[in-house]
Amino acid sequence: MSSFEMRKDLFADERDDNLKEIGKPTIRQDILGHVTGRTPFYDDHQFDGLLHMRAVRSPHHHARIRSIDASQAERMPGVRRVVLPSDVPHNINTLLSLIGFGRDDEALLQPKKVAYMGEPVAAVIAETELQARQAVAAVRVDWEVLPHVLDVEDALKPDAPVVNEEYPNNTFDYHDVYDHQKLRFGDVAAGFAAADKVVEAEYQMSPIEQAPIETCGAIAAPETNDRFVCYTSTQALFFSLGTTAKLLNMPSSRLHFIGGTVGGGFGGKVDSIVEPMAVLGARLTGRPVKFAWDREEEMQVGAPRGAERWRIKDGVMADGRIVARQFTGFFDSGAYTRLSSYAIVKGTGHLPGPYTIPNVASNVYCVFTNRTPATAMRGFGITGVDFSIECHMDRVAEAVGMDPIELRILNAYRDGDMKAHRRSAKNTALVECCQVAAQKAAWPLSPTAGTASSLQGGGVGERAMIPETATDSEGRIGERRAGRVPDTAPASGTGRVAAGTARQADAQTGATPQRDDMQIAPERVGHRTKTPPPATPSVAPSRPPVAAPTPPIAAPQPVSAAPPAPSAPPSLPPATAPVAPPVAAAAQPEPYKPEEPFNRGVKRPGASRFLSGMRRR
Amino acid sequence: MPKTPVSFTLNGSETAVFVDGGANLLDVLRRGVGDLSPKIGCAQGTCGSCTVLIDGEPHLSCLTLAETVAGRRIETTGGLANGPDLHALQNAFMEGFAAQCGYCTAGMLMAAKALLDRNPNPSRDEVVEAISGNLCRCTGYEPIVNAILTAAARMQGRAV
Amino acid sequence: MLTVETYSTLAEASGRLGADARYLGGGTLLMRDVNYGADGFARLLRSTDPALRQIAATAGGVRIGAGATMSDIIAAPDTAALVPAARAVGGPAVRNMATVGGNLFAPHPYGDFATALLALDATVEWADGRSEPMETFLGARDRASGLVAAVTVPRVSARDFRFRKVTRTKPKGISVMSIAALLPGTGNPRIAFGAMGPTPLRAKAAEAALNGVRLEAQAIQPALDACLQGLAPIDDALASAWYRAEVAPIHLKRLLLDQGGY
Repeated sequence: MSSFEMRKDLFADERDDNLKEIGKPTIRQDILGHVTGRTPFYDDHQFDGLLHMRAVRSPHHHARIRSIDASQAERMPGVRRVVLPSDVPHNINTLLSLIGFGRDDEALLQPKKVAYMGEPVAAVIAETELQARQAVAAVRVDWEVLPHVLDVEDALKPDAPVVNEEYPNNTFDYHDVYDHQKLRFGDVAAGFAAADKVVEAEYQMSPIEQAPIETCGAIAAPETNDRFVCYTSTQALFFSLGTTAKLLNMPSSRLHFIGGTVGGGFGGKVDSIVEPMAVLGARLTGRPVKFAWDREEEMQVGAPRGAERWRIKDGVMADGRIVARQFTGFFDSGAYTRLSSYAIVKGTGHLPGPYTIPNVASNVYCVFTNRTPATAMRGFGITGVDFSIECHMDRVAEAVGMDPIELRILNAYRDGDMKAHRRSAKNTALVECCQVAAQKAAWPLSPTAGTASSLQGGGVGERAMIPETATDSEGRIGERRAGRVPDTAPASGTGRVAAGTARQADAQTGATPQRDDMQIAPERVGHRTKTPPPATPSVAPSRPPVAAPTPPIAAPQPVSAAPPAPSAPPSLPPATAPVAPPVAAAAQPEPYKPEEPFNRGVKRPGASRFLSGMRRR
Repeated sequence: MPKTPVSFTLNGSETAVFVDGGANLLDVLRRGVGDLSPKIGCAQGTCGSCTVLIDGEPHLSCLTLAETVAGRRIETTGGLANGPDLHALQNAFMEGFAAQCGYCTAGMLMAAKALLDRNPNPSRDEVVEAISGNLCRCTGYEPIVNAILTAAARMQGRAV
Repeated sequence: MLTVETYSTLAEASGRLGADARYLGGGTLLMRDVNYGADGFARLLRSTDPALRQIAATAGGVRIGAGATMSDIIAAPDTAALVPAARAVGGPAVRNMATVGGNLFAPHPYGDFATALLALDATVEWADGRSEPMETFLGARDRASGLVAAVTVPRVSARDFRFRKVTRTKPKGISVMSIAALLPGTGNPRIAFGAMGPTPLRAKAAEAALNGVRLEAQAIQPALDACLQGLAPIDDALASAWYRAEVAPIHLKRLLLDQGGY
């Protein structure tokens, strides 16, 4: 097993390893350009004969396109070209196809049905921006307006309009099995039953626009040798390059992308829409073409951090120990997937927040609605649920009459504790963080809380163990739309997975990994892992769900909740799908064929040869 | 359609350019003259990244009809340094980490210069007011306000 | 591409108005439309008439040329009472550009300065010589044709005139609402709200309830209770109509009692 290794021998002469910068004034390496106005942003590259491209956009949330009449626009002064969906060589994509996650669901220019207000259906290229704007206004689209849905839970109802035809249940498909991402750790039902109090609440976050001062844009121009140069505001240069190559069905070797100077991004410049549009324009006209969003577009169609709705249910003992926590989460992905599918996986890995809770369950849904697609923004997938968790911690503190900071210190994870995603916590510091915050705010703490440490009390006994876990197989793809699964919260467990089972995949009945090489292989990404304890035989008696020892700062009396009723019968092995074959048996990657456009490599089910994990292995 | 000749002083140099009807000053400076220091952020007067000085006073070049600046004196961040010698504001912005992405910086500097030209000893509130039409999404404004106060103090020969 | 026509007098420019033309004042509103596609017009008219920017004391008060900018108002000695309202408009760059005449036509949620003019019972003077009270002008401004030459503001003591702008961000933000109140010791107060309807509007019921009343918490309560009569708040990106209606009496109270917190 190899762990992460720093190859400091590489480029050693180009790197200064003296990184002792904290507390010292430092000057940004790029700031001289900023203060003299010489930093070259994408729009600061000048081209003779630059043409301007503007998009024709939907005024409706949801509508079918009956026809597009651009004849008047084509005759307007300065217009060089009207671009229609049929001009896009491979007019379907999903951003994460570059890493083989999810199905292509979004067109660059929508040919059939728009699913959000502002979705582009055509574009005009003209000599001046004003001419392009006026020609866009002259394009006539015959719309058949359809019913729309703007709320995540409305979108889950059986009679909701289908937003995204690639996902007709209005939810992203997780692991090809479920309409949501599951997390199961221990048995929350037993935890709630044993708790002194149960605290439930719902939290709602609105979408947040990144609002960079420089709007998204790109300039593309024909280069020598049948190549195109593209200056772009992108935050993700090779992502944008790969996406452009795929949509335009061009080998990436024909694309010369120049970026790295971003006028504010905050996540809003990864979606790689402006680059393929500009390169397409340059290809169709043979001229330099700029495609840039104006401020209104940035606000209307620029993908924001998505709205999130979270319901949290905590079981808490009178002394403040949280013994069960259940989440039901809804991410508003808008009309297409973009990065929300990933945000949910990331967010689920974060649950239940920085606390050691022996029983955790969550169902998180990536829901399609007729709103602007959502994308990355500053910790997306984490910030929303953290907001909810911390609001909820205050409510729990109130419910048990405890100081909110002491409640956090009591429940904070310690080094060595087992997290719900089945990895040991290390380098934890929430206890110390709370202590410093309390000190700075002159907030009194009890001596036990004030002297607690992240290094003490963790990693012992059951705190370090993966508990026996209750599983279920509710919420399979399509069941909800058929009206068979009215409840969105985690179902009560019907199956049991033995304590000590390390792989999450084992805990999800039937949830096979999407691909063999996506099997969790921590050593590949450098996580240091303990050798998993030998799996307890599945006929072992159930472990009391709330008996995990706590650090010695709680009330002195012993836990009164034990003994719990022996809840579940001895568990059966998961009913379906044995664990996927080991990695060694994975399909061999196709040989590298540099002459072929690489979009052939990114379609499922074959793995992309650009998947970094595949190539490195 | 014929273009209109417009001449003005840009950072001390006589400048003449032909402009399209309806063109704004920002576009004329960037595309017509080649001074790329003012930036386009919103084209509607909200963000301030296109701020230039006209006859010493800050204006939004994106909302200024190019033909209205005939015969007037325009200053941009592109002309703020005196050859290799940076303006005190530029030095203070560099040292004070008063820029991150840099996109708003040119407009901020012009708004700040207009203030210090008129009021060499501004209070903190006056600095905040002077840049109230300039949006920054990266720094959170504090380093910018501090840098302007630092520059003012240095220009007055005061210790910071 | 647009045609720009420059005239040396306002009267000449006025004679060239038409459905395809827009008059360019400071540009802060019109140039936005130009940059975003110039939908519905092809000609820009402007005037270099120096009289447009004059601010002068007259027998009836202070006559302010329609081309005077917010910065001109702040600098002029005769318009001291209007300084808070002029300062409420935009940042420094916008104030160097935005004109009094333009603010008269600024759509919701803009028009903070016009709100002050409404409370002051200013007189609007058209280029063709017609004059009308601010309130009449605002009621018909969307149907009006012609150019405004000046407004005349009665001379008031800065002490009798109060102005508040309520914004989400400080020190500069677009109006959740603005409130202007002329509160002369002799009675007959005038109160105007901005961003509480399609144009600045008077709160006449509140004015009546306030007449002859001392500015004390209990005494002004009937005026606060009545202040929404005649207003027509609307939803926008800054605030809902509901929110505006909820907080309007609170902000009016703070203004009348000269409290902070707006």
